[in-house]
Amino acid sequence: MNDPSPASIPRPGKVYYFGTCVIDACFPQAGLAGIELLQREGVHVIFPQAQSCCGQPAHNSGFPDEARRVARHQLKAFPKDDPIVVPSGSCAGMLKHQYPHLFAHEPDLDEVRRFSSRIYELSEFMVKVLQVRLEDRGEPIKVTWHSSCHALREMAIIPYAKTLLGQLERVELVELQNERECCGFGGTFSVKQPAISAAMAGDKVNDIVQTGAARVLSTDCGCLLNIAGTLGYRQLNVPTQHLAEFILERT
Amino acid sequence: MTKTADVVAFERNVTKALDDGQLRRNLRSAMTTLSQRRRALFADAEAFEQLRAQGQSIRRRALSRLPELLEQLEARCTDNGIQVHWAETTAEANAICLDIIRRHGAQRVIKGKSMVSEEMHLNHFLEEQGIEALETDLGEYIIQLDGETPSHIIVPAIHKNKDQIAHLFHDRIPNAPYTEVVEELNAIARQELREKFRAGEVGVSGVNFAVAETGTLCLVENEGNGRMCTTAPPVHIALMGLEKVVEKLQDVPPLLRLLTGSATGQPITTYFNMITAPRQPDERDGPQEVHLVILDNGRSSIYGDPERRATLQCIRCGACLNHCPIYTRLGGHAYGHVYPGPIGSILTPQLEGLDEAGVMASASTFCGACEEVCPVKIPFTEILRMLRNEAYARGESEHDVKGHGYRYTTVEALSWKSWALYNTSPGLARIGSQILGKLGQHLPMIGPLKEWTRTRTSPPFAPKSLHQLAQERGLDHDR
Repeated sequence: MNDPSPASIPRPGKVYYFGTCVIDACFPQAGLAGIELLQREGVHVIFPQAQSCCGQPAHNSGFPDEARRVARHQLKAFPKDDPIVVPSGSCAGMLKHQYPHLFAHEPDLDEVRRFSSRIYELSEFMVKVLQVRLEDRGEPIKVTWHSSCHALREMAIIPYAKTLLGQLERVELVELQNERECCGFGGTFSVKQPAISAAMAGDKVNDIVQTGAARVLSTDCGCLLNIAGTLGYRQLNVPTQHLAEFILERT
Repeated sequence: MTKTADVVAFERNVTKALDDGQLRRNLRSAMTTLSQRRRALFADAEAFEQLRAQGQSIRRRALSRLPELLEQLEARCTDNGIQVHWAETTAEANAICLDIIRRHGAQRVIKGKSMVSEEMHLNHFLEEQGIEALETDLGEYIIQLDGETPSHIIVPAIHKNKDQIAHLFHDRIPNAPYTEVVEELNAIARQELREKFRAGEVGVSGVNFAVAETGTLCLVENEGNGRMCTTAPPVHIALMGLEKVVEKLQDVPPLLRLLTGSATGQPITTYFNMITAPRQPDERDGPQEVHLVILDNGRSSIYGDPERRATLQCIRCGACLNHCPIYTRLGGHAYGHVYPGPIGSILTPQLEGLDEAGVMASASTFCGACEEVCPVKIPFTEILRMLRNEAYARGESEHDVKGHGYRYTTVEALSWKSWALYNTSPGLARIGSQILGKLGQHLPMIGPLKEWTRTRTSPPFAPKSLHQLAQERGLDHDR
């Protein structure tokens, strides 16, 4: 799963873009940045207007029928064989790895598997398929990195994200002490177990602050929603940003 | 929304645990040490992957033949002179132990560490019968002195630090001087326990692996107390959950390596006991009687469901606890049940019923840290998801977990139905996101948003959604 370089598919002329519901509602600029990064590489980006949510909230909360209903809707919204690029490790993990579980006993499992095999996380796609080379035009900056759990473990795309970050010459990356530890978001977990979630987010924020970084970057806006919300509540001024937006800004 | 009893109890425990700064510092420090040691031992990722694939296949193979292996184990043990007893419930298991203890007129039982005995609440049961059951594992001894239960399946007193133990010994052990020197604390416990080993009339232990082909009971420990409990008294009672059987003796070394390495980062423990028979006529020590009590307590129901069966692969190493961000914040007591952490969260609701312990399945962000370290590759998140599904599944449920459907409410079901409708109706979603864009910052702080904003600022709903912006930019949306 974690092969660093060789292209698994030939460079496609066009791709679908799955914007994710969190980006749609709260971070549309991050979504647009991902689109622009793809377009800049000469890839034609299709954004189906019928797309909505990957279904993960219901899938993780005990409502598989509702999750499947929403999942089938995405299947219809992305009907052709083009790759589907997702600017989130968590939503990509749901589409790629969880859909086949969710449909394990369903008649349309084969169709779901074909759909899932077309899923790429954005930084994975940029490195593995497009073999992007970035040229840093930004000011020197010290940043820290938050690995979302699903990007780290389920999708195993963190090496790709860090490859991109590593291409930015004037960016100094200061790692978190507990980089592999969850920030406590967990989708509906954050409101079903708010106290535990807050304790985890609090520790994550402390870890971020002690790096002295000027910005926190991640591939996942769910985590960033949690981290930025906690930083803001504590009136700590460390801006959070999706990797795509950061890259676009500097290159 | 009405909260079920398990949720209310858990929330109370969580608040208490999170407010205990000392507990959080103790746990963080202990978990960091344990996980660092484990990482150092399994530094070769490729070799570790091979080993755990082997561990997984050994456990799967054993479970695939569980009924016949248990029969074989009983036959071999019986041939060897070990008396085998079957207990369907913990009450039956307690009664079997009591019967053996009474038959020998014993008053003093000494115990090695056993999570199954915790599951049986054996100490409490024996106490009610006027029989003293003394824990001899140092960690177990410490918490028994303090009237507590284990907070970790391998390191039962992990929630306490050295200073707390120093005070405890001074307060509870007659004539014990106050000292914070670890060696001196060990010496105090050792002296106390030495006398108890001499006086013990029945020894109780757990079982880490039971080998079907030879009828061998394997016991992993670091202090020698397990060996004392299984050799010094004239009677030894070994307690095991029925999933602990393995097929062959050669299955043991890889599992042992995975167990000790995952638990404490040790290549092997100080003591590894293999018990095959009571004292033979030409032997000078060992118990005259060895009994093996095999407990079901809901395990055969787990075994019966192919998707739940992986729960029984567990070798109780505790690595999932040590790496769980939630266990690390709460410790074991907050879970309110014998088995805490990720393994507890998948096992307990199945053993005791969702209505008793279903909330444990919601104590996970699905971060996957447990799966990453599990030495036998238990699919934790899949099982947790299944349990969450079962918690809301009314009528006939797919996996028939005890207490299924207990959490179902019309309100929650309706809200997910509405969510699904919203996310399958582009027209509705378009209107919805326009409203959210306009009113997002002025939404009433109720429901999930209320919980969210207790410790966070409100989500920054954007004036225009990505859908809108994509359309404005004229992005291709063909089909």
